[in-house]
Amino acid sequence: MRFCAASDRALLVYLGEEIDLATHQRVLKLLRLLEKAPPPWLRNIQPAFTSLMITFDPAQVDHAEVESLLRQYEQRVCVKGNSQPHYVEIPVCYDGEFGPDLDDVAAIHGLQPAEVIRLHCSATYHAYFLGFAPGFAYLGDVPETIATPRLETPRKRVPVGSVAIAGKQTAVYPFATPGGWRLIGRTPVALFRSDRKVMSLISMGDQIRFRSISREEFQTMEVR
Amino acid sequence: MSSLVVESPGLLTTVQDLGRPGFGPLGISPSGAADPVALRLGNLLVGNDPGTPALEMTLLGGTFSFPRGALIALTGADLGASIDGCTAEMWMPQEIQPGARLVLGPTRNFARAYLAVAGGIQVPAFLGSASTHLLSGLGGFEGRALRKGDVLTLGSPATKLSNRRISESVLLTLRPRKVLRVTDGPQIDRFSEDAKRAFFRDTFRVSEESDRTGLRLGGPALESDLPGEMITEGVPLGAIQITPSGQPIILFVEQQTTGGYPKIANVIGVDLHRLGQLRPRVDIRFERISLTVARSLWIEQERLLHSPKQLFA
Repeated sequence: MRFCAASDRALLVYLGEEIDLATHQRVLKLLRLLEKAPPPWLRNIQPAFTSLMITFDPAQVDHAEVESLLRQYEQRVCVKGNSQPHYVEIPVCYDGEFGPDLDDVAAIHGLQPAEVIRLHCSATYHAYFLGFAPGFAYLGDVPETIATPRLETPRKRVPVGSVAIAGKQTAVYPFATPGGWRLIGRTPVALFRSDRKVMSLISMGDQIRFRSISREEFQTMEVR
Repeated sequence: MSSLVVESPGLLTTVQDLGRPGFGPLGISPSGAADPVALRLGNLLVGNDPGTPALEMTLLGGTFSFPRGALIALTGADLGASIDGCTAEMWMPQEIQPGARLVLGPTRNFARAYLAVAGGIQVPAFLGSASTHLLSGLGGFEGRALRKGDVLTLGSPATKLSNRRISESVLLTLRPRKVLRVTDGPQIDRFSEDAKRAFFRDTFRVSEESDRTGLRLGGPALESDLPGEMITEGVPLGAIQITPSGQPIILFVEQQTTGGYPKIANVIGVDLHRLGQLRPRVDIRFERISLTVARSLWIEQERLLHSPKQLFA
């Protein structure tokens, strides 16, 4: 474990230095342990690829006290969990205006757009964590042959449901937000609904697959 | 039932409370009042719990009427409020007669004003909070800014009219600042000595593109010395991240919960509410302080906000 103060009320704890599944398992384990028995001073936990940011009440504890408490979990986060992964399939229409960057992604890698779609649908992705915006899951890893850096200039508004690639990650935008990822398609299903018992379609640790659908299927499935 | 009628909404008026912390694992930032101190004081003045939902107005206030009357308090920025043509005092309770109109105009000083109403604004809670999250259209009144014709339900007032007002010395202690105090950010060592010097010495201008998600600053470009891209991690409220072009962005109440830009510094707890009062085109500076000092300032401020004896004149 490595620690770093993020603010006067937040502490970052790093459980690895590379994006990989072993580190992810430790992040998820520490999150679950803290959620199971939240200390009274805990205000928020923000998991990410290799770290958790712990926000605390500075009137109750300081960084050193939070650090020493987290150290007590050090042995337990390394124990492998054996929970069954939850699978989610997301239908995507990669057609025309739904994927405005699809042709660029294909050109960058010297591929046909159809090959990019095939590769994007060929992998099973791991949901590393939810961050950025409500229900936005960082999924990886994208096949090396279609991994593409983000746009130089981010879009001011990405359409809701856009399916995108940035580096080795892929994601679906649950809301129309600004964004710098490359848009290759769009899903008709809602990623986040406040009127659903489980609001986010994707949870941290889930296994995700994308399935290519036609424009007609998109239109029949679209419910928002 | 008592209600508040929006005759004109102003520039950007939303229902806010103290936000919904604790939903980071879902990617949800807390939202809540941009100036939570002003919201808390307004509620205390009308006998509400400090975190009761109230209206947050931005730069230009609206016009509101109360068919059955109401007890209100105005705090935060001075929007030149009047009730049926008579000047409305700030920082003290004001009685509004049935049918009277509360009219607010452009700001005379800071960015955000709060209209607290005895009994509070009633909207369905989303994840335990009434605060509006504009970006995702969640919480508050239909997840959006108020519009002309909206009718908001008011709760039952807890107390009778009191003559208390916030003391001058408290207002002085809590007043907005243009020199924001910061602690070191997690990536401060990745900036050159020159960039760090410039950051703590130079003046930055709050851009017009600032909103509840973040304050964009203009000023000297600050170069970071990062070997490749940083791994995305959690970002706290008040984090000052530096974009690839060298411009600082201060993450605010409707912030993204994670980010991959290096953070040079972080605004301290007692200055977070002051961020909510920074107008576009205002020049600000940063002053570096230690975590220990930041923490004792916070404990001191919370003690003050929990002490009715000191708060009210």
